[in-house]
Amino acid sequence: MPVMPHVTRLLAALRLSTLAIVVVTLFAAVASGPARADALDDALALFLTDKFPDTQKAIGQLVAEAPPQAAAILDALGDNRLLIDPANRVVAYRTAAGAVVDAKTGAPVASADAFKKVRVNNALRAAIDGARGSLTLANPDPEKRLAAAADVFKSRDAKALPALKAQLAKESDPRVADALKLAVAAIVAGSDSTTPAERTAAIEALKARGDPDAANLIDAIGQKATEPEVKAAAESALTNVRTRLMFWGAAQSLWYGLSASSVLLLAAIGLAITFGVMGVINMAHGEMVMLGAYATYVVQSVLPPSLQGWSLAFAIPLAFIVAAVVGVAIERLIIRYLYSRPLETLLATWGVSLILQQTVRTLFGANNRQVSNPPFMSGALHVGGLEITMNRMWIIVLAILVFIGLQLVLRATRFGLQMRAVTQNRRMAAAMGISTARIDMFAFALGSGVAGIAGVALSQIDNVSPNLGQGYIIDSFMVVVFGGVGNLWGTALGALMIGVAGKILEPLIGAVQGQIVLLIVIILFIQKRPRGMFALKGRAVEA
Amino acid sequence: MTLAEDHNPTLTSSILYLDGISVSFDGYKALRELSLVLAPGEMRAIIGPNGAGKTTMMDVITGKTRPDEGEAMFDGKWDLTRLDEAEIATLGVGRKFQKPTVFENHTVEDNLLLSVKAPRGVRATLFARREPEVHETIDRILVTTRLKDHRGRVAGSLSHGQKQWLEIGMLLAQDPKLLLVDEPVAGMTDAETAATAELLREIAKSHSVVVVEHDMTFVRELDVKVTCLHEGAVLAEGTLDQVSADPRVVEVYLGR
Amino acid sequence: MSRQLDRIGLVFVALLALAAILVPVLALATPEGSAFNIPPYLVQLFGKYLCYAILALALDLVWGYCGILSLGHGAFFALGGYAMGMYLMRQIGARGVYANPILPDFMVFLNWKALPVAWWGFNWFPYAMLLVVLAPGLLALAFGWFAFRSRVTGVYLSIITQAMTFALFKEFFRNDFGFGGNNGLTDFKDVLGFSLQSSSTKVALFSASAIALIAAYFVSRAIIGSKYGKALVAIRDAESRMRFLGYRVENYKLFAFVVSAVMAGIGGALYVPQVGIINPSEFAPANSIEAAIWVAVGGRGTLVGAAIGAIAVNFAKTWFTGVLPEFWLYGLGALFVLVTLFLPRGLLGLLLRPAREKAPTPETPALAIEEGADP
Repeated sequence: MPVMPHVTRLLAALRLSTLAIVVVTLFAAVASGPARADALDDALALFLTDKFPDTQKAIGQLVAEAPPQAAAILDALGDNRLLIDPANRVVAYRTAAGAVVDAKTGAPVASADAFKKVRVNNALRAAIDGARGSLTLANPDPEKRLAAAADVFKSRDAKALPALKAQLAKESDPRVADALKLAVAAIVAGSDSTTPAERTAAIEALKARGDPDAANLIDAIGQKATEPEVKAAAESALTNVRTRLMFWGAAQSLWYGLSASSVLLLAAIGLAITFGVMGVINMAHGEMVMLGAYATYVVQSVLPPSLQGWSLAFAIPLAFIVAAVVGVAIERLIIRYLYSRPLETLLATWGVSLILQQTVRTLFGANNRQVSNPPFMSGALHVGGLEITMNRMWIIVLAILVFIGLQLVLRATRFGLQMRAVTQNRRMAAAMGISTARIDMFAFALGSGVAGIAGVALSQIDNVSPNLGQGYIIDSFMVVVFGGVGNLWGTALGALMIGVAGKILEPLIGAVQGQIVLLIVIILFIQKRPRGMFALKGRAVEA
Repeated sequence: MTLAEDHNPTLTSSILYLDGISVSFDGYKALRELSLVLAPGEMRAIIGPNGAGKTTMMDVITGKTRPDEGEAMFDGKWDLTRLDEAEIATLGVGRKFQKPTVFENHTVEDNLLLSVKAPRGVRATLFARREPEVHETIDRILVTTRLKDHRGRVAGSLSHGQKQWLEIGMLLAQDPKLLLVDEPVAGMTDAETAATAELLREIAKSHSVVVVEHDMTFVRELDVKVTCLHEGAVLAEGTLDQVSADPRVVEVYLGR
Repeated sequence: MSRQLDRIGLVFVALLALAAILVPVLALATPEGSAFNIPPYLVQLFGKYLCYAILALALDLVWGYCGILSLGHGAFFALGGYAMGMYLMRQIGARGVYANPILPDFMVFLNWKALPVAWWGFNWFPYAMLLVVLAPGLLALAFGWFAFRSRVTGVYLSIITQAMTFALFKEFFRNDFGFGGNNGLTDFKDVLGFSLQSSSTKVALFSASAIALIAAYFVSRAIIGSKYGKALVAIRDAESRMRFLGYRVENYKLFAFVVSAVMAGIGGALYVPQVGIINPSEFAPANSIEAAIWVAVGGRGTLVGAAIGAIAVNFAKTWFTGVLPEFWLYGLGALFVLVTLFLPRGLLGLLLRPAREKAPTPETPALAIEEGADP
């Protein structure tokens, strides 16, 4: 039966460890008094003859009665460690440690000299293996039964089949029953000697499971089956399972894409605002995100344990303020002097990003900092074949809230009105008496502050390190190019498209290649729509 | 792009033929079915209030803006709506912008050198030699545009009027069949204006010219057929006297 | 280009030529420890600076004269470097750790059985040199063809060039890509049969770098001095005006971009044997943007200034990282900020008398479309 030497070695090790557990339970069982000691005695007596048919019977009785000692005895028998002393009518076994103990009581035997080994042949070995499986399958603890059934599903050990069926007939727990059916199905898939009815039942069970393993097993049954109706059933079940798998796979990709989009949106929306208003790219925008993440770290390190659950409630405003203050400082001290020199702004703000990174490195060290998820953001939700992690879900919620908040600021406040005016036509806005310098400053505060909030979100799913923001400037810019400036809906759609497209391309052609494809698409896109999807058109904006 | 199937005599005999051109920017109609025909060798003045569509019309002719609909043909055979700026310029359409656009970091001479009609390809310019004819052309234009004494100066240091003239000089160097001149006298003194009018009349002897201008004195001095645009369409056409006598024109310019 | 600048250029070239001749003499013919002796490590260090200067010169050609601020020129430099590195890798032959006569060590380590197609022919020096030119040249051609035809300009172009090098950066990190992954190519033994460890090879590589820099200068100078160069500057200052004059702006930019990329690639090819390694970090966006600051420090649109800037900044970097390593990034960051704010024309701008009455050159506009000709 053993396939590869290391597998057998592993199994042996497993047996030894189960043995140890069994020994302990054995003592417990002895202490509480055996329920049917006479049944055990009968079985043990059968071993004393050391005849194969008797041994076979003894195994059968052990399985049928399932006394607590049965597992240890069977293990010992399988490993040639079961000893008999026919003269004194004692059955014992050698433990892993080498001690010889009484099979019934577990008490050490005074002298092992009189004992001889119980002989085992191949037929018996098969019986022992089957008996072992059914013993666990018959375990009174449903969790253990579940685990045993899952083990059989994985091992596909045909010898467990009778035990599986026996247990299935009396199983009361529906979860265990399902698991047992699956295990049966798995065995049926690998076996050549099953009835069509068994096969059909197996296909049904596997279809219900519906994972890639199940698909492979159904395929195996279909390949082996000679009856047309079984073949047809296998085929339809296979299509069904594969369709479902594809659907859930697509749903999972979409979910990852949504999650990536929400992070992109948070990072890019601030850039869209500053780029829209001033036409310059702040290369230190990614560092605003990084500062936000460190703000979260600081909040978590200073808050008393009782408030840790509320850390994000403190972190979000702090991150906003820190990033906004730094953003305004950059605008006031550097960018405004470089107005109308956008390329040099790129270089100067890159310099700022280097300084910010190094400052953080000096203050907090170059290593990653650990930021923990508050309880409501931990764990995951399972919807069908979809795994939804809570932290990513809350980040999507946060992105939507930030988006709504910014829309409100832009649409419903005087400042927002003025900012939109400057975005569309700076000269005209200035002529109308809008203080463009003030708007620039506010736009920078707002854009950088939002980037800080993005940092809080990122700290929940990514490592917090001084280089955290570096990767985000390119992606954010792509989003802005796609979406066009001066319209947050464009930014949102851009983030959604790039995020989802990236995650869809990733499994198909790899992450890096996906990125290259997106880059080419964006270059081609600029050719068709140089100002993004939601661009303002007309002569005024082209000036 | 020859349109052999189209035997429109007006089209084939014209240097510029615009028919039913419409352009809109986000719902705003900059041009509404504008039609205009220019005969070879003709000079035409285009007038009209702000927003009448004068500059957009120029953009359509030079390939900067694609019309939503309508036909734009050059020299009876070239479909302007299908060519880009460089191709149209190479065919022989020169444009002078409203705001003087010269190459500020180049000398006056280099500005003209870049404009002189010559192969425009990368290889041609990379291995270009100083041809004596080119020099003669540049000398002649420097005289015509009264910039002879400034040939070595950096264009960015010229006065506003001089830049306007340099740009007209660049147009001449291009030797186009059709010149589009957008507000050539904006910001000029009266004397400069008069001199510019004289210059344009001189040019018109050997070229077809479209002049967009606000300055009525200047238009009168040009003494050519006038087209008045309003809200993206032709409102009136004729001599300046005819056009300015048109009650609709008066209404547009003076308001009710 | 002003006559004064030309004179500075000639002085610089003369100094380079002198160095190309004198350094070998001083390094090889004088006894070790003598006052005139130049230790090999210094030769190697300055040889590295000269390669950076070639990169800076290449960048200045497109940025200073055509307004294209490429933040991806490090990619062309690195591609040239990889082509050279692949040749050097094949030269190792059976002397590698695994002593495989065909496969470089990393391939043996990855359990590859055959040499990937991309590596074929790299044992042959002329082919490798062809690829030094072709790899960056073709990438620039393909990238530029898309970008310039799409009329991508200004910061849009800058960020997209950065995205280009970032994508390559990640790609070269992958072991599967077949260029040594994370570790890159290293452990080189010799070039054209000369050991890379010997002083004479080091000195020869230095001289080769100096000569390449001189050649790059003269080629750039010739390009800039031609009518094409004038057209290039005109495109930088008023792109749409040039279109209306009938110039195919995209072709002009494309030519300059490809020439510049090839120059950068040659710089990279000379760099690799001198530093002894090429790995994906050469593609890092930070490297490319650092090259832009060399040009800015020296003075863009001056060619010679770019080269001087590269040497000066890298000399400072070597010194700084030796003395105050943790402060170098502060210094570099401050350099970016201060030069753009207070020295827009660079060091050479301080030296030259203002050649133009009109101060800073008009920048390319922020947006992807060309500047409007009228308000």
